[in-house]
Parts: sequence; structure tokens; C-alpha cells
Amino acid sequence: MKGENERIDDVKRLLRSSFLPMDTQLPRDLWPGMLKRMTAAPIALPWYDWALIALFAAWLLAVPQSILQLLYQF
Amino acid sequence: MELLERFKQGDVDAFEELFRHFQGEVYAWIVRIVRDPSVAEDLTIETFWRIHKSRARFDTRYAFGAWARRIATNLAIDHMRVRHSEEELVREPAVESADSALQMEIRENLQQAFRHLSPKLRAAATLALLEERSYEEIASAFGKPVGVIRTRVFRAVRQLRKELERLGLKP
Repeated sequence: MKGENERIDDVKRLLRSSFLPMDTQLPRDLWPGMLKRMTAAPIALPWYDWALIALFAAWLLAVPQSILQLLYQF
Repeated sequence: MELLERFKQGDVDAFEELFRHFQGEVYAWIVRIVRDPSVAEDLTIETFWRIHKSRARFDTRYAFGAWARRIATNLAIDHMRVRHSEEELVREPAVESADSALQMEIRENLQQAFRHLSPKLRAAATLALLEERSYEEIASAFGKPVGVIRTRVFRAVRQLRKELERLGLKP
């Protein structure tokens, strides 16, 4: 019977042989993109997103127990 | 005035200095989780955008890098959540090897099972098992106790083994 650490090591070995290692080197300077993001107009939410938010808020008000269930999921 | 104080007060030059110093570190952390360089670039910019927006709340007694990494982790997991729900899971290129057909089959099924883990489990397992980051480092980036990360990795391993066993494959 294998111990838990051995099982984790088995899966780790398999995973490392199944996925190529990632190149973590940043390929280019991202500051120009950052500047563009900072000067871009703020994103406006379409009306249907506001409707969804209102619906969600109404649902939370109508069924307050659901807040606990939602919290449990996080 | 110190760099972090200037950044907190909205000085763009201070923000640029911090950005240039930390962009590589933040990108490296995100790309380890999402495993897609172009997505990692976008999420790095989004991380710094959030940092910029919430600069007034930053406590200069804490490490800027750790704060950035925590925001980056949350964004990466949110991204995986959206992608997970859209079933747009990125296929990674296969690792070339001269292994037996059975080993190849195990690998393919393992990749498939791994992509279908929940984003939180997948992120923790990616960092701990694939990238071999320490539990302490992962816990700090997730803003959770080490025990929670250990449990997530354990659950991910259990799910992966179960999936392989269901397919009649013994890892």
C-alpha cells in the first residue's frame, strides 16, 4: 500500500513528463501596453450586465440564506 | 520621498519604476499558472492596472512584490475559471519521448484530466507539482494557510489518480 507522499510523487513524475516546462522569461517590455491601458477609456457596462447585477442583488435580498451557500463556494 | 510612498500618492514615474522592476517576476508567476505566454502578458498588465487603481490602499510596510503576486494569482485563477466554463482549454504540445504506447496513453489522459480540474485545484497543483514551488510560497500568493494549499494539492492528486483508474490505467 503506497503512502500519500509516494502517490503525490508518482503523479508529480507523470505530470512533469506530460507537460513541457514553461519559459518564464518575459519576452518584451510591457510598459508601452501598460501606458495604453492607463490612458484607455474606462469600460462601460452594457445594459444587460446591469440587468444581471440587479437580478442577482434582488435574488440575494429575496433569499438571504443563499449568501451563506455562495460564501461556502469560495 | 521613498519610492513606495510616491507610488501611493499617484506619481506615475514611481509606478513606472515599480512596473519595470516587477513586471518580469509577475509575468513569470502568471505564466506558470496559466501556461500561455500571450494570456500571461495581458494578465500582467491587468495586474498592474489593478495595483495602480488600488494604490491608495497599499500599506508601505508590506512587500510590494508579495502584494503584486497575490493580485496576479487571483487574476490568473479568475481567467482559468472563465476559460474552464467556456471549455476552451488550451492543449499543450505533447512531450516527445520513446515511451511505450501505454505510457503515452497515460500521459494523454493525465493531461486531459488535469485540464478538467477546478481552477483552484489546478493552479495549486500546477505550482506545487509541475513548477515545484514551495507550499509556503504558494500559500502566500493565494493568501491562504499552507494547510489549505496542501489539501488542494492532495485533492488534485486524488482526482487525477481516480480519473486514471477509471480509464483502467495505473499511474
